[in-house]
Amino acid sequence: MTLYQFLFYVFASSAVLSAIRVISVKNPVHAALFLVLTFFSTALVWILMEAEFLGIVLLLVYVGAVMVLFLFVVMMLDINLAPLREGFVRNLPVGVFVALVMVIELGLVVGAHSFGLSAYPAPTPAPADAANTLALGSVLYTDFVYPFEIAAFILLVSIVAAIVLAHRKREGVLYQNIDAQVRVRRADRLRIVSMPASKPVTAAEESEGKPS
Amino acid sequence: MLTQFLSPWLSWLPTDWQYLVITTLGVLIILLPVVISVAYLTYFERKVIGYMQVRIGPNRVGPLGLLQPFADVFKLLFKEIITPKLANSFIFYLAPVLILVASFVAWAVIPFDKGWVLANVNAGLLYVLAIGAAGVYGVILAGWASNSKYALLGGMRSAAHKVAYELAMGFALVGVLMVAKSLNLSQIVENQAGGLFHWYWLPLLPMFVVYFVSGVAETNRAPFDISEGESEIVAGFHVEYSGITFALFMLAEYASMILISALTAILFLGGWLSPFEGTFLHAAFAWVPGIVWFFIKIAVLLFLFLWFRATFPRYRYDQIMRLGWKIFIPVTILWIFVEGVMVYFRVGPWFA
Repeated sequence: MTLYQFLFYVFASSAVLSAIRVISVKNPVHAALFLVLTFFSTALVWILMEAEFLGIVLLLVYVGAVMVLFLFVVMMLDINLAPLREGFVRNLPVGVFVALVMVIELGLVVGAHSFGLSAYPAPTPAPADAANTLALGSVLYTDFVYPFEIAAFILLVSIVAAIVLAHRKREGVLYQNIDAQVRVRRADRLRIVSMPASKPVTAAEESEGKPS
Repeated sequence: MLTQFLSPWLSWLPTDWQYLVITTLGVLIILLPVVISVAYLTYFERKVIGYMQVRIGPNRVGPLGLLQPFADVFKLLFKEIITPKLANSFIFYLAPVLILVASFVAWAVIPFDKGWVLANVNAGLLYVLAIGAAGVYGVILAGWASNSKYALLGGMRSAAHKVAYELAMGFALVGVLMVAKSLNLSQIVENQAGGLFHWYWLPLLPMFVVYFVSGVAETNRAPFDISEGESEIVAGFHVEYSGITFALFMLAEYASMILISALTAILFLGGWLSPFEGTFLHAAFAWVPGIVWFFIKIAVLLFLFLWFRATFPRYRYDQIMRLGWKIFIPVTILWIFVEGVMVYFRVGPWFA
């Protein structure tokens, strides 16, 4: 077994095992962490397959951004797990049926007959200086520029829509106008009063202050 | 370079094992100096801030206090590690390790001199970005696993501000990428050849400022150290950590300071290149190895970190968020647009 194969089996088995743990572990934070491990292992497998751009972007987007927000939500919510687990036995047959259908469908589409070694022989490894990112970019911005731009636009619309839906104007909330705070000058806040630095001592004060 | 030097000695091993041995050695050659630099960065920090505040700083342990970092390390090593009773102990100990790993692994792609790089990967810039993004986990998990309100609050707000500044950093890197036309860090340095005024700090001045200031925020350093915020939340995410587990957080913080300085030096200040290229001084300084220039640049940037800490008061939380989202990100987007226009009309130095 070469180092390459060894690494592949390590990452692949870690991806599969952690994916199983995501749905079998009880603590939701642990489940989220196992999902992170799944993403991480998958990214490493992709990098082994010379898809370094996709692998790193998987890390950047899912591990670095999406799962952080997920963890936020899971940590902040006090999820009561008992009602979620109710009816496990009752729903089990439906679940098993759906899972079987999905496995069969997946098998029909991406099974060995269509993606096996005979249909897709192992490609020759790219030379060491092959620039995966450059190759992807040059295709994305030429041949697939319209789908790419449309996808970007749909994402933008969904961002705006999410903000509009979640945003609510509340009355009576105090907030700080930082621009006004930053722009404030001394003259707006501070009044310098001119006062005599010392006042002459009267005779009465002098006699009081004297030690008898 | 290491490969050429060691291969004759290791020819009795299978190729995969040779690769493993050489890479492990390379990792050690990079990381041991990093750890020692971290130790002396803490000493240097205390000295610099001491002199800025008209004190002497540590001067008791060893000549000039030079053994102070070791005294600190041994003190922390021998202190008792206290695990909070209700803490999630596995994640509690996993968190500092995650932070440390995130601040160490990025060194794999840092070129120290021409060809002196452990992994000369094509997507080096993306790799650095991805590793930086993964560094948030240690902070969140430390805050959560401690099962303490102060720690959770510290972890939460630290994660929020790290995510915010990561975006600005990412956009600044896009700016570098557009000018350099490469994601390979060595290639980016070589594209800056030609002396002080050919480095990217000048054509990308807004990006340079945004990147470095975001780097300060990203490493939780003053004036952005709200994740510690001792005046508000005691010590933030690492309030429950003691002894060596606390030391790991500190080690990671200083290692990522050095890393951010190294990256800024590579991306904007010409990495290992001499500042005198193209001037009459170039011949006079030609004997200086590139790695020395690189270290000088890192040291200057690190001094800025310490200077900031001694000078600026801590930002308020809402002001940090405002700076990140409403100032830095628009500035970077605007400058990316400017660069796009410059590249389209083939105006140098943006279009090399």
